Amino acid sequence: MTGIWRMIGQRLLLGVLTLFIISLVIFGATELLPGDLARELLGQSATEETLAALREQLGLNEPAPVRYWNWLTGVLQGDFGVSMATQRPISELVGARLGNTLFLALYAAALSVPLSLLLGVLAALWRNSVFDRASNALALTVISFPEFFVAYILILWLAQTGLFPSMVRITGATTTGDLLYSAFLPALTLTLVVTAHMMRMTRAAIINLMASPYIEMARLKGMSPMRVVLRHAVPNALAPIINVVALNLAYLITGVVVVEVVFVYPGLGQLMIDAVTNRDIPVVQAIALIFASAYVLLNLLADVLSTVTNPRLMHRT
Amino acid sequence: MGRDILLSIRGLRIDGRSGDAWHPIVKGVDLTLHRGEVLGLIGESGAGKSTLGLAAMGFARDGCRISGGTINFDGIDLRTAPEAIRRGLRGKRIAYVAQSAAASFNPAHRLIDQYCEAPVVHGVMSREKAEGDAVDLYRRMRLPNPEDIGFRYPHQVSGGQLQRAMTAMAMACRPDLIIFDEPTTALDVTTQIEVLAAIRDIVRQSGTAAIYITHDLAVVAQMADRIKVLLRGDEVEEADTRSMLAAPRQAYTRSLWAVRSFARAEQPPGTGTPVVSVRNVTAGYGAVDVLKNVSFDIHARRTVAVVGESGSGKSTAARVIAGLLPPRKGQVLMGGKTLPPGFRARSRDELRQCQMIYQMADTALNPKLRLRELIGRPAEMYLGLKGRALETRIRDLLALIELEPDTYIDRLPSELSGGQKQRIGIARALAAEPQLIICDEVTSALDQIVQEDILKLLDRLQGELNLAYMFITHDLATVKSIADEVVVMQQGTVVEHGPKGALFARPKQDYTRLLLSSVPEMDPDWLNRLLAARGEHA
Repeated sequence: MTGIWRMIGQRLLLGVLTLFIISLVIFGATELLPGDLARELLGQSATEETLAALREQLGLNEPAPVRYWNWLTGVLQGDFGVSMATQRPISELVGARLGNTLFLALYAAALSVPLSLLLGVLAALWRNSVFDRASNALALTVISFPEFFVAYILILWLAQTGLFPSMVRITGATTTGDLLYSAFLPALTLTLVVTAHMMRMTRAAIINLMASPYIEMARLKGMSPMRVVLRHAVPNALAPIINVVALNLAYLITGVVVVEVVFVYPGLGQLMIDAVTNRDIPVVQAIALIFASAYVLLNLLADVLSTVTNPRLMHRT
Repeated sequence: MGRDILLSIRGLRIDGRSGDAWHPIVKGVDLTLHRGEVLGLIGESGAGKSTLGLAAMGFARDGCRISGGTINFDGIDLRTAPEAIRRGLRGKRIAYVAQSAAASFNPAHRLIDQYCEAPVVHGVMSREKAEGDAVDLYRRMRLPNPEDIGFRYPHQVSGGQLQRAMTAMAMACRPDLIIFDEPTTALDVTTQIEVLAAIRDIVRQSGTAAIYITHDLAVVAQMADRIKVLLRGDEVEEADTRSMLAAPRQAYTRSLWAVRSFARAEQPPGTGTPVVSVRNVTAGYGAVDVLKNVSFDIHARRTVAVVGESGSGKSTAARVIAGLLPPRKGQVLMGGKTLPPGFRARSRDELRQCQMIYQMADTALNPKLRLRELIGRPAEMYLGLKGRALETRIRDLLALIELEPDTYIDRLPSELSGGQKQRIGIARALAAEPQLIICDEVTSALDQIVQEDILKLLDRLQGELNLAYMFITHDLATVKSIADEVVVMQQGTVVEHGPKGALFARPKQDYTRLLLSSVPEMDPDWLNRLLAARGEHA
């Protein structure tokens, strides 16, 4: 067991290092953005004096390494700085949005992960059957359309008929039940988008093992096909399945901008788009860093789970 | 016979699919097995032994189909019975023991969980009773720590122990019939004996009938009451073990008996500077020393066989000589000159002097290259041959390994048989015009008759080209036929080293004696005598 803690420790350290490098990249990339923030904020009519005063106030005259250092130390203390557009603290601005994004991601994951695992296992069990072909064809069809198209089709079918709302409003009075109802269409859109990948990977990982001698052994022990797949193939296919699930969860957190826009969902993706249009650099940096952390953490989790579920790595002697 | 017939197979035909066409694998074989009887199925690869064994369970692998005949198991027609009936028999009344226990145990579950699966799912006994039973069978299979070994995962248990655990698992429901599919082929000789004895005892005590599939005559002689010989899906002959061994009727059977007749004359001892000299080498991976202070010499025109069980360091010694694994201590001399430890630091000419031939010719040849390129590349790289000269050299090499150049020069490895692929491996090594060739288990993946041809070829080439061979093998019969000197290794050290004749006739070390006495002999009483002599059981 000490081995596993050591591994988690090592991966965490590597994750921190990765995030550090990412923070450099993010900062460097925003430095390269053209345009003058002060002029953007004050508009064309600003005088040189007011511009200079604003630059001084925002600290834009400091050299880049100093600004990077100030930003990094702030971030480490949980202070992402102040939004240039709204003058409100970024942590406050991002906090609520992050909650919304995580809610939608979890909602979509709760629908898509069980669905794709079930479909993947059944497709592997009845491979080359009508069910297998149909579910594959359907899943591929859905991911072949752009997300906004899927979203509009769902609105056409399910919102125009009045079953579900096409816009998501979140106020202080919204209950979880309301939220689940009103966020159903965006969650369903995301489910349709990510299911194909997870399902096909599950199917492939299981089928890959079906030629193994131990699978033949299970069949020669008189086990039913369902038991052979669930008890003998799935436990050995967990590592690739866990990894593809983690990848898709990360996507659900970071890649949902288009869906948020279509359904007017107040998530991080929308906030990031707004911040980019407003040249609100600190907000862009904060959100980019959050997205990167989501990837790093989920991949870490996938690594740990793959290790824990593999007896060859857990019981070395 | 007077006993009940348990299994009766009549006119069985099984086809295998290649592309869109079906071709026959088993061509109308009859088989009768009585209760409590052990039938040995023997033949070379491609004879259809395993396919026939699986058919006795009403099972055909993916890509195979049973196309004709009847399979009657104790009154049940396994061809026409519904799948549910067949599934109910498998694991319960007919069990299977696979060739590689390491691959056939599920790596995700403990041994005891896999043991209990069949009895519990088939409703034969409760989980608690099955667990108690498992410990009892583990003990009878003479596994160490029978109480605890079931709670280990397959990767925590050695190959010989896994094979015994798998036999115990097959016995779990006290089946009427067990199919043993080459259960000891993947094991070392010393381990093989224990597994053979354990299998034989438990089969006899329980009165279980068995089909014992193997390519090894000496093994089947110990295990079977009757022997059936198969060749390319047809029965050659069948008789009870003693009369078959004493007087095989068919020419093919006699040819199986006659292998290993090849024995080359022992060469005069080497003189002068050895081609390769390994001096006090210690080497290993990670924190472990796999080789400990190993020394031996190989002279020109001599074959030094390095023998030992898996894990004894044979292949590691080869890797050190080839420069793939730099030693921690000691050195390798070639023609009296110290070689740089790693292959990267060696000159092209030093690399040329030492070539390797591998066990699995299948994976050692690039499947995308034609023979022209496979053999031509080393000739081009080491000797700078080009154009007409290169073409001539490739043709000469093909002729040297007895493959007709015009027919073979533009073939791909996939268009060759196993023995032919190994010949290409030899030609590729020869193309560099080396002084030393390291042969790493080069015959162990081949059928015995093919092995014989390869050994003869290697012997002829050695005489013609003045080669030195380092011959790594675990097969002592091969050593007897080709070696001049023998290096016996155990756990990374050289236990004994000497000329073949003396070493086989008067082994000095206990381990060498154990190794030599463990090689199965054709005599059906060999195992009994050996066990009695070792005092392992009554």
